[in-house]
Formats: sequence, structure tokens, C-alpha cells
Amino acid sequence: MLELRNVSKLVGAETHINDVSLSLEHGTLNVLLGPTLSGKTSLIRLMAGLDKPTSGSIWFDGHNVTGVAPQKRNVAMVFQQFINYPTLTVYENIASPLRVAGVPRAEIDAKVRRAAELMRLGPYLDRLPLNLSGGQQQRTALARAMVKNASVVLLDEPLANLDYKLREELRTELPRIFAEAGSIFVYATTEPMEALLLGGRTATLSEGRVTQFGPTIEVFRRPVDLITARTFADPPLNTIVLNKQGDRFVLDGEVGLPVPREIAGIADGPYTIGFQPHHLSLTPMSADAVALTARVVVTEISGSESFIHVGFADVRWVILAPGVHDFEADRTVEMFVDPGRLLVFDRDGRAVGATTLGKAA
Amino acid sequence: MDRTWNNKAWFLVLPVLLLVAFSAIIPLMTVVNYSVQDTFGNNVFFWVGVEWFEELLHSPRFWQALLRNLIFSAIILAIQIPLGVFIALNMPRRGWGVSVCLVLMALPLLIPWNVVGTIWQVFGRVDIGLLGYTLARLGINYNYVQDPLAAWVTVIVMDIWHWTSLVVLLCYAGLVSIPDAYFQAAKIDGASRWSVFRYIQLPKMNRVLLIAVLLRFMDSFMIYTEPFVVTGGGPGNETTFLSIDLVKMAIGQFDVGPAAAMSLVYFLIVLLVCWVFYTVMTNYGEESGR
Repeated sequence: MLELRNVSKLVGAETHINDVSLSLEHGTLNVLLGPTLSGKTSLIRLMAGLDKPTSGSIWFDGHNVTGVAPQKRNVAMVFQQFINYPTLTVYENIASPLRVAGVPRAEIDAKVRRAAELMRLGPYLDRLPLNLSGGQQQRTALARAMVKNASVVLLDEPLANLDYKLREELRTELPRIFAEAGSIFVYATTEPMEALLLGGRTATLSEGRVTQFGPTIEVFRRPVDLITARTFADPPLNTIVLNKQGDRFVLDGEVGLPVPREIAGIADGPYTIGFQPHHLSLTPMSADAVALTARVVVTEISGSESFIHVGFADVRWVILAPGVHDFEADRTVEMFVDPGRLLVFDRDGRAVGATTLGKAA
Repeated sequence: MDRTWNNKAWFLVLPVLLLVAFSAIIPLMTVVNYSVQDTFGNNVFFWVGVEWFEELLHSPRFWQALLRNLIFSAIILAIQIPLGVFIALNMPRRGWGVSVCLVLMALPLLIPWNVVGTIWQVFGRVDIGLLGYTLARLGINYNYVQDPLAAWVTVIVMDIWHWTSLVVLLCYAGLVSIPDAYFQAAKIDGASRWSVFRYIQLPKMNRVLLIAVLLRFMDSFMIYTEPFVVTGGGPGNETTFLSIDLVKMAIGQFDVGPAAAMSLVYFLIVLLVCWVFYTVMTNYGEESGR
């Protein structure tokens, strides 16, 4: 188990990591999700031992490893850039951590060939990394991390520099490879979609803090606060401030959304209501769907989906609708909200009755 | 052939052609012209064929000077390249130290050749020079005017002091272009300092090292100003390099023909050695994947 206890990292006057506590179990895939500069790389560097925390401690299987050099920690790491030794062949690159460790020749050969097969690098073992495609270069780096049989494998946005097709291909391969090893995997990404596809557990990061940590799907469905919900939404989360009056959330006393039964007891007053773009629909999804009218700002078509940006009251929302829709700007559309999917946050941004609401959804 | 020809392109090439013609081709052809003729002054020339070349290649004076040049260049490369790489490796990658180091390194490069010569000439004098006086008081027999070894050491140390910075700056530029992630990856792998140098830094410095070797070879092979100022080619002819000999011949004795023949041979040697260096190093570079 890799444990971070109240870890903070300050560089000069800047706080890169702010009081983070996390414990990661063996054999799990842990996603660090957050926008650029939210502290993903800083956290990974601390886990690798490349940096020392300013305060707090890092424990591995009951031992305090704070300040222990990375080569003594049995960690492997894959970077966003494709990092391989340029003058060594793919074979030698994969073998390099084993050679450093002084593993016997025959064992090295067996391990390298197995990792190469797993990463589909078999035909390229004698080639130099720079003569390969980006995807193959990154697979070489991944294979190098795999053969090491490290207890902690850190992947810092490993697919970010690959083109779309390759990214999808590797993304489906990675969980399969992860499943085979019993290590603690840490995977940093900026994309909510990637976190959902990888599964496992997710820690959402914002400004150097971990805002929530739990099973990925749970964090996605039941964010504990507005920041987490925003971090875990792409396209951006639709939000609006509404007033609770009795059993309805209303805006200027006109439009209203029913208050979900589970949180009916909350006090009257202003709340931030949020919902994912795919929970706004052009057709009613259930009998109790609420119809609202909005003005179209712009429509983006992405393959079989359309992102319809609309203006509603004084806020901008995005409808993620399946199929191709080509609405002219400034026309009005009718859209539907499923009241069962509402995320309700209080004035401090904390989710209201998140647990009960989640169970209902 | 249905390719269309556009003669306007010549106008675009013309400026370069003119520049090269006046800066290189015409002067070179003048030298070729001199090298096959003899003169008794008054601008009257006689055709002598390859006589000057034959004379040159049979002259021990030429071969001795050439040998001195080759030894000098070999020593300069053998010291300056490893030393330059070593200093570049130990320069800070970031922080306030970077600018301090860069300025310190660039200083010798900013001093004109003949001033460097004068500085060292004074520096090495036994009666008033800081270095010469100190060595003399320590009981070391150092006198670059009389002792050939001392003269050589002075010229070599001077050149190292003057030009190692160039190698350092080139290598440093190559080193800082390596992303930090490489060093972090090596650190996590537990790679030794030597492995990091051998498998990450050296391959990434390959190109700049080629440039450094070429520049340092050409410059050291054509060395003139510093030995001319400090030793004047002496004691005896011990530090008379090809360039010094050439100037003696052309300006001192006004033997234009032999001097022209010698400059052509000199030029061809520099060209040939540079070509060899370039071919060897680029081939090595390609084999090693850059």
C-alpha cells in the first residue's frame, strides 16, 4: 500500500501540493484527474521520489519512504514525452532496467520478449526508437516500465502526445496490461473520458488538493463538491443558481425544477444546480422530465454527436445530443432535464445529500 | 520533357554567386594564377608549370612546419574537446549560476587574437610577468623565448584558455536541449552517472560535437596570430607553423609563386581533413541513431 500522509510541496512561495492524503492499494488502477497545473505531475514526482515533500510523509507497505531515492523505491515511470535511450535498440531499451539490476542474461531475454509481445513490439526489437512511430516509441517506454516488475508504476499523461487513433488503441490495451501485474498503478490525465474508460479509482485534483478519491464511477456520479463535478465533466458542467421555494427550485419565480425527493428536507434559499451535458436532451427521457426553452448560440458536430451551445436565462449551457443536429444560431429549442440527475450544491459548493441522491441514480 | 524553365530564378541566385565570386572564387583563382608563374617584378610573369609545387613538396622546411601543425592540432583537439565537454557537463542547468557561467565562458572569446597573444606574452615574461616570475621564483626553468618546450606549452595553454569556451558553449547548448524527463527516467532506472553520459548526453551532443571538432581543427590548423605575437615562430623555427612560414615567404621574402603554391596545398589539406572528420562523425552518428 502506498500512502501519502498530509503531504504538501512548496516551490518558492508557490504551493504545488496542498495537504494531500491518499492511500493506494496493491493491484489497483488509480487515476489522477485534473486540469493542467492542478498538481498531477507534482504528485507523481513525489510518489516516484524525484522530489521530497515540504511537509508530510510517504509510506510504502508500512515503511516510511519519505526522502528515499527513486532507484531504491522499485518504481517505474512513463512520461508524456517518449523517453527512450536514443542509441539503444528497442530490445536494449526494454532490457536496460534489468541490466542495471543485474538480472541474469537468460531471464532478461525471456522478460523482454514477453513484454515486447504484450506491447506488440516483436517485429521492432532490433530497431532504434527514433525510427519508430510515436505509438511504438511510447509502447517501448511502457514495456520498459513493465519489465521492471515495479511495485508502483507511475504513468504521467502517457497518451497525451499521441494522435487520436493511437490513443484509443493504447487506452483499450492499458487496462488489460494493468490487470496482469499486481502493482499499484497511478495514471495522470486531464481527460474525464479517459478516467471513465480506464475505470479503477479516481482522485480528482484541483489547485494542488485532492477533492475526492473513490471508485471512478462513483466520483463521476456523486461528486462531493462543485469543483469535483466541474473537474469531472467534459464538455463543461452546466450550472445555474436557483432558489429553493418549497418543493421547487425556481428562477425569478418562473421556471422551476422539482426538488428531488431525497433532499426535500433542505432549507429554502439559493443553491447551485449542476448536470452533465449528456443529461440535457432534445427529447424527453422520462415521464417527469422538465421542459425548458433556450436560445441556440452555436452548434458543433463531432461525428455522431452534436454539442449544442445554448443560452438559458443568463448562463451558457451545452447540450450533448446524439445524432447530427444543425440548428441555426438564435433560434429557440426545447430541451429536457431529468430531475433525477440533478447535482445540488449549497452556497459553499458542497453537494447536498450526495450519497442518497447517488443511490437513487 | 514538358517541364517549364523559368530563367527568373537566376536573379534570385545572382547575389549569392556574386558574393561568393568576390569573397572566394576570384581571390582563389588569383592564387592559382601566381602558383604557376614566376616574376622578377614590374608585373612581368613567366610560366613555370608545377615547378613551385615540386619544390614545395621536396622542401624539408614545409614538411617540418606541416608536422608541427598536425601535432599542434592533435594536442589542441585532445585537450579542448574532452575538457570542454567536462566543463559543459558540470555547468548548472538553471538558476542564477547559468548566466554567471555563460558570461565567464564567453569572456575569452570576446578578446581579439593579438590581444590574447600580448596578454600571455607579458604574463609569461620572467622579469615582469606574473606567471613567468612566479615560475622562476619556484625554481622552474621557464623561458618561452629560449626553450622550445616552454614556447610550445605557452602557445598550447594560451589556445586552450582562449578557445575551450567555444567547445563548452556548443556542448552546453546541446545539453540544455535535452528534456528533464530523460534525466528523471534515468534516475528512476537507477542508471549510473556514466550511463547517463554515454546513452543520453553524448548521443544528444553528437551534432554540436561535430561542429566543435571541425571549428577547433580548422582554427588550430590555421593558427597564426598568437604564436606570431608571443614567440614569432621561435625559438629557432620551433613554433613556425605553416601559416607563419607562409607569411614569411609571401610578405617577408616576396616569393609570390612558392607562397601561392603553398597556400593551395595548405587549403587542400584543411579541406581534406575536415571532409574526413565530417564523414567519419556523421557516419558514426547515423549508426548510433541520430
